[in-house]
Amino acid sequence: MAALSIRALSKRYANLEVLKDIALDIESGEFTVLVGPSGCGKSTLLNIVAGLDRPSAGTIEIGGRVVNDVPPKDRDIAMVFQSYALYPSMTVRQNITFGMECRHVPRAEQDAAVANVAKLLQIETLLGRKPSQLSGGQRQRVAMGRALVRDPLLFLFDEPLSNLDAKLRVEMRMEIKRLHQRIGATIVYVTHDQIEAMTMATRIAVMHQGCVQQFADPDTVYRYPANLFVARFMGSPPMNTLPARLESENDGLVVVIGAGRPDEIRLRLRGYDGAASFVGRDVVFGIRPECIAEGSRAFSNDAPVLVDAPVDMVEPTGAETMVSLRLGGEPAMARISPDIRPVPGASASFALDTRRICLFDPKTERLIV
Amino acid sequence: MRDRSFAPSRIWIYLVVALIAAAWLAPLAVVVLNSLRTNEEIAQGSMIGWPQHLAWSNYAAAWSGFCVAETCAGIRPYMLNSALVTIPATIFSTLLGAIAGYAVSLWRFRGDNWIYGIVTLGLFLPQQMRLLPWTIVLRDLGLINTLAGLVLIHTIQGLSFTTLFCRNYYVAIPHELIRAARIDGAGFFRIFWRIILPLSGPILIVTVIWQFTHIWNEFLYGVTFTTGQQQPVTAALIALSAAVADIPQHGVQSAAVIIAALPTLLIYLLGGKYFVRGLTAGAVK
Repeated sequence: MAALSIRALSKRYANLEVLKDIALDIESGEFTVLVGPSGCGKSTLLNIVAGLDRPSAGTIEIGGRVVNDVPPKDRDIAMVFQSYALYPSMTVRQNITFGMECRHVPRAEQDAAVANVAKLLQIETLLGRKPSQLSGGQRQRVAMGRALVRDPLLFLFDEPLSNLDAKLRVEMRMEIKRLHQRIGATIVYVTHDQIEAMTMATRIAVMHQGCVQQFADPDTVYRYPANLFVARFMGSPPMNTLPARLESENDGLVVVIGAGRPDEIRLRLRGYDGAASFVGRDVVFGIRPECIAEGSRAFSNDAPVLVDAPVDMVEPTGAETMVSLRLGGEPAMARISPDIRPVPGASASFALDTRRICLFDPKTERLIV
Repeated sequence: MRDRSFAPSRIWIYLVVALIAAAWLAPLAVVVLNSLRTNEEIAQGSMIGWPQHLAWSNYAAAWSGFCVAETCAGIRPYMLNSALVTIPATIFSTLLGAIAGYAVSLWRFRGDNWIYGIVTLGLFLPQQMRLLPWTIVLRDLGLINTLAGLVLIHTIQGLSFTTLFCRNYYVAIPHELIRAARIDGAGFFRIFWRIILPLSGPILIVTVIWQFTHIWNEFLYGVTFTTGQQQPVTAALIALSAAVADIPQHGVQSAAVIIAALPTLLIYLLGGKYFVRGLTAGAVK
């Protein structure tokens, strides 16, 4: 059953169209992450789903029921906010029970629900405290408790981790994911952090300029980005995208970077027959930094594809070494073994994983293959 | 530790500050001193002078013995009138202003800024301009020469100020609190009562002090719309000086002025630190 269906939804403020013809179907039990740069409309979309904002057109169904005209409290949803939005003058317990109090849930039932959630989130000892007496991570937990206690059809998370420091963010990220696996809830989660999206989501909706650019599972989004925006947004550092030309040679396809230059790079493509119609035309060549490695790396059992390229800069991170290099004169990033340090200014040999190349149409910016 | 030793160069600062303080305190000093001098003493000497002996009887006379407008009960009944006007009008205007400020700051609705603008416009209309409209309203409601009429006037007119102050305080409250409460199922008044009001301590103290002082000290409406037994103390003080025009009673008048000023003075002394704090308090986090 679709827990959430959004159809032909748009939202405009005066002359500004912030959401354009959004369509999403989210299955029950899915962890969907809406990700995109700030201003892409993801939070507006979440607020519309919550009923805190009204769409200009389109319908929203939650659990098979059209909820366009249903107030937030009757949509069977719970929401966790970026600022946590804990009621400052209430204790943790009162924060958690406030919703049940509004719905006139009997006292005994409230107590049982609080005990249950407090145990799940390990906040039993905090129940008597005020939000001002809690740390950031504890506030985050209480905010989740307030949502969990409702046991809704749909959980909405609005950038819940962005106020936490880096270490805590990683911990809470794992905790939220574990929670999802344990209770199997349907979650719609908004973030601008593509790593959160990759690590937590069962499906990612990448948004940009009010449109959903791609809606797919994390592996697909990463491996086959639907367009150049997605390719450059997902991944850190993002995919290298270089202007190139597609040519045909001995019945095979060859992509040429920096054509005509003395250091031009020609790469044979296998399994990219879908791009045949682009032979003789410009394409955008996309390759992830981790698909460019030191020359001794073997990506497969086939003969390695090696290129010599000048090195601009080297950034050791400890776990790996990031290298800025030039492929056919175009700048690119490579991710190589930590113990290898090419010399900036000199040339070095790099191995390319040509099975994981993406080709984009430079005009439409869409993925060809 | 801060160096508290006296630097000669600072003498000018002290001199200027002392002069300004003296200028401000001089009228108060004259009134306080005169309230402790007998009538004869003032009549023989000048308006300015030390009391020969402390004449506390002036206070007793001003409080309950002196004749104002053909009734000889001192200013006590008029103090009661003032309290009966000031206390309800302060409570009503503060509460209504808090609700109005909450509505315009945390609930967006069509025309909210217009409504806010019109309400606060009241701050800029001169009092005299509103006398005539109020006369008509009070007449039509049958509230002329009643304390209820004054309560109504001060409640309505206080709204401009209380709405302005509460609204400016509430805009600092994160909107996500309201959103969270709406999802939790709370409505307009439940959110106000359970979430906003408990956060409002500082601003409510500020508005209460302001309203109380303002309404207590108000004179124009009191003297215009009430006569005789219904007057608030500010209007009665004038009647008192009129009644003793033939033989000046400066001692008793001074004592009456001091008594009449005591409530606002006490309110400020008790709540003054909250007043300053509340004016600067912003974030609720």
